[in-house]
Amino acid sequence: MTDVTTATESVEAFAARARDWLADNMPRVDLDSPPRAARDDEGAWQRARELQRRLYEGGFAGICFPRQYGGLGLDIAYQEAFNAETIGYEMPLILNVPTFTICCASLLDTGSEAQKRQHISAALRGEEVLVQLLSEPSGGSDLAGLITRAERDGDGWIINGAKTWSTSAFAADYGLLLARTDPTVPKHDGLTMFLVPIHAPGVTLRRIKQVDGSDEFCEEFFDGLRLGGDAVVGEVNDGWKVASRLLFHERRAVGQGSEFASGRGRERPAEFLANLLALAAAAGKADDPMVQDKVGRVLARRMVRDRLVDHVAQAMRTGSLPPAAGSIIRLFHSDVTFLEVDTASEIAGALGVVGDDDQDSLVGVGERYLSRQSVALGGGSDEMARNVISERVLGFPREYASDRGVPFNQVKHNKL
Amino acid sequence: MTDSTAEAALFVSTARAFLDKHASLSDVRALHASDRSYDPAWWQRAAELGWTALLVPEALGGGSISGNPLRDLASIAEEIGRTVAPGPLHPVSTVLAGLVEADNHTEHSDAINALVSGTQVAGWAVDEPGRAFHPQQPLLAATATAGGYRLDGVKDRVEAGPQADMFLVTARTDDGPRQFLVSADAPGVAVRRQRCVDLVKRYARVEFDAVQVDDAAAVGSVRQAPTLITRQSQIATVLQCAETVGILDTVFTMTIAWARDRHSFGRPLVSYQALKHRFADMTMWLHACRAITAAAVDEIAAGSPDAGLWVSAAKSYLGEHAGPLVQDCVQLHGGIGVTWEHDLHLYLRRITLYRSMFGTPSEHHQAIYRHVDEAGIPA
Repeated sequence: MTDVTTATESVEAFAARARDWLADNMPRVDLDSPPRAARDDEGAWQRARELQRRLYEGGFAGICFPRQYGGLGLDIAYQEAFNAETIGYEMPLILNVPTFTICCASLLDTGSEAQKRQHISAALRGEEVLVQLLSEPSGGSDLAGLITRAERDGDGWIINGAKTWSTSAFAADYGLLLARTDPTVPKHDGLTMFLVPIHAPGVTLRRIKQVDGSDEFCEEFFDGLRLGGDAVVGEVNDGWKVASRLLFHERRAVGQGSEFASGRGRERPAEFLANLLALAAAAGKADDPMVQDKVGRVLARRMVRDRLVDHVAQAMRTGSLPPAAGSIIRLFHSDVTFLEVDTASEIAGALGVVGDDDQDSLVGVGERYLSRQSVALGGGSDEMARNVISERVLGFPREYASDRGVPFNQVKHNKL
Repeated sequence: MTDSTAEAALFVSTARAFLDKHASLSDVRALHASDRSYDPAWWQRAAELGWTALLVPEALGGGSISGNPLRDLASIAEEIGRTVAPGPLHPVSTVLAGLVEADNHTEHSDAINALVSGTQVAGWAVDEPGRAFHPQQPLLAATATAGGYRLDGVKDRVEAGPQADMFLVTARTDDGPRQFLVSADAPGVAVRRQRCVDLVKRYARVEFDAVQVDDAAAVGSVRQAPTLITRQSQIATVLQCAETVGILDTVFTMTIAWARDRHSFGRPLVSYQALKHRFADMTMWLHACRAITAAAVDEIAAGSPDAGLWVSAAKSYLGEHAGPLVQDCVQLHGGIGVTWEHDLHLYLRRITLYRSMFGTPSEHHQAIYRHVDEAGIPA
C-alpha cells in the first residue's frame, strides 16, 4: 500500500485524494440499476475480493482499522467522507457484513495480537473472508444453549457438532465458532470462541437451499476438526464475552452505525420490489387510486426507515439509547419488507402466481412472497427483537428461564 | 453544546414550564367545562415568550435565537402536545409564514405586528365544505373589481375561526390561486362555530358573501401565491406532526408507568410477554414518528424541492400509527382508559383530529406516488 496518509491530512484533503483515486481506479455504476451482487453467487465474492484488493493497494482500505493491522488508523470522519465519494462507484459492499463490521471489529476487541495481525490485514487485502458460526440446528434463539463441543487434545482442541444459518460461509476462509468447552457450569460460563478454517479436514459444508431458490446460507458439520491452542479467541470458557462483542457489532452494523463499513448503498433488492411503480404499470394498474395509495404507503415507509436508521444510530452513538436499540431497526426492516412483499403481491394479483414464462413474467413476485418470513427470522427472530426492546431498551422484567444458574449438563434439551 | 443549541434548549424548557403551570390537563378540562377555547391573556403571554416571533424576520418584529426557527417552532408544538394545550399556535404560525414571505409584506405589517404580539389572532381559511384538502384548487371565487376583489364562497374547518380577528383566505382567480387577508368583521363575512372532537380546539365555517377587499389585501403576487400556499401547507402539516409526537411520547410514557405499577396474578403487567411485545412495537412506532417528523422539519427548513414528499411521508405515517398506538395504550389501561375521568381521551381526541386534517394518510400516499412518478425518481 502507498503511504501518503499522514495524521495531519485534513478530511477535505483526504476526500479530494479519494475522489481522484476512485475516478482512476474503481468501476462506475449506473445508480438507477447497480449491478446485483447476490450473496449466493460465487462470482460476486471473487469480484468483491478483487475490488477490495484495489482499495488496499490504493491506500483506502480499513480507514478506521489501526495501522499495525493494515488499516489507516483514521477517525470515522474520514470514513464518512470516503463513503460520500464512493457514490456512483462499484464497491465491495458484501464484505462489510459480516467480515469487516462484525468479525474483524470483534477480533480487534478480543483477538490476540497474532490473530489481529494475520486476519484483519488479510481481510483488508481482500484475501480473507470471515463469517460467524453461531446458530445451531438444535435451536436458533437460545444461542448460549448451543451443544457443539470443543474438547482438549494436548495443547489443541477437537471440535464436534454442527452450525447452521451461517451467511455466505461457502465463500469464506475463516469462521468465528462458539463451542461448549465446559458442560458442568451454567450455559454462559462454559463457552469458548475459536477461529476456525472453513475448508479444512473435519469440516463438511452444505449450502441451504431456501424456498425462493437462493442458497446463500450454509450449514457446517464438524467431525473431529483439530485446532491448535492459538485458535482460541479471548479466554477459554470466556467465549460469551466474545460472542457479546459479535452481537454488539452486529447491532451496530445493522443500524448503519459501524465505522468499519466502507462504501454506501444497500445491496440491491429484487427488481420488482425495487420499483413498485414499474410493477403497477406492468400489472396495468398504474391509474388505480387504490394502487397508488398502497405504493405511496411503501414509499413513505422506506423514507421512514431511512430516517429511523439515522435517528437510532445517532441516539446509540450519543448514548441516549442503549446498544440494544439496534433491535428497533432490526424489527423495522421486517415491517418494511412485509409491507413491500405484501403490496407487490396484491398489485401483481394473479399475474404474480401464474403467467407466460417470458421475461415480462411477474411470477417472481409470488415466489418472493414464499420467503417473506426470512427477514423476520434472520439475525434473531422478530420475537427475540421484541424481547430485547422491551427488556433492554424499556427495562421490563426478563422472561422466565429454567436454565438460569443451572449447570448445562443438568438442563433439559430437545426431546428429539 | 454551542451557544445557539443552549439557547434553543432554554427556550423550549421555558415553554414547557409555562405550559405546565398555565396549560395543564386540568386547565384544559376547566376551559372545556366553561365552554372556552383558550384565555386570550394567556395567549398574549405565550406570544411574549417568543412563540409567534419564530418565523418572522427581525426586521419585521420577529426573531429566533437558534438559527433554525422552524425546528424551534416544532419543539414548541411538541411541548404543547404533552398537555394537549389550547391556543392558536398552528393557524397563527401558518398565516404569519405566508405574510412575512409575501413580496408585498410591507402592506401587512400591522397584521404581522398584531399577530406577533398576540393581541390578534388569524385563521387560515383554506378548506372548503365537503372537499378534501386541495389548497391549490380553491373554489371560493375572487372576482376583480375596480381597485380590488370581491370574494364569494364558503370555507370550513378554519382553526381558531370563532376567535380569529382576520382570515387568510385562499381563492380562485382568473390568474390562478391567490390569498387575501380579510378582517373577520368585514361586511359579508359570517362565522359559524363547528363541532369538533377536540375539547378546546375550535373550528368554524366562514361564509364570504360579496366581501369587498382592496388590492392591498392580496398576499403575494400571482406568481408567488402557489409557492406561499405550498409552504403554509407544509408548515401547518408538520406542526400537527410535531404536536402528535409530543402526545405519543407522553401517552406512551404514562402507559409504561401504569403497566409497571399495575399487578395482576401477582405480577406487574410489564412482565407479560404478550404485553412486552406490544410495548416493543409501540417503541418502534414512536421512534419512527419522531425520526420522520424531524426529517420533514429539516427538509422544509432547508427549502428542499422534495420537502412536500417528506411532509407527506410524515403525515401519512403518523396518521396511520398515532391512532393505533394511543388506542393500544387505552387497551393496556383497561376499563379506566375509556372513562371521561382518565386523561387518555384528551390525547386521543387531538390525534384523531389531526389524522384527518390537511390530508388523510391515503391522500398523502397518493401525493407521494404522483410526486415520485412525475419526478421520475427510481422507486
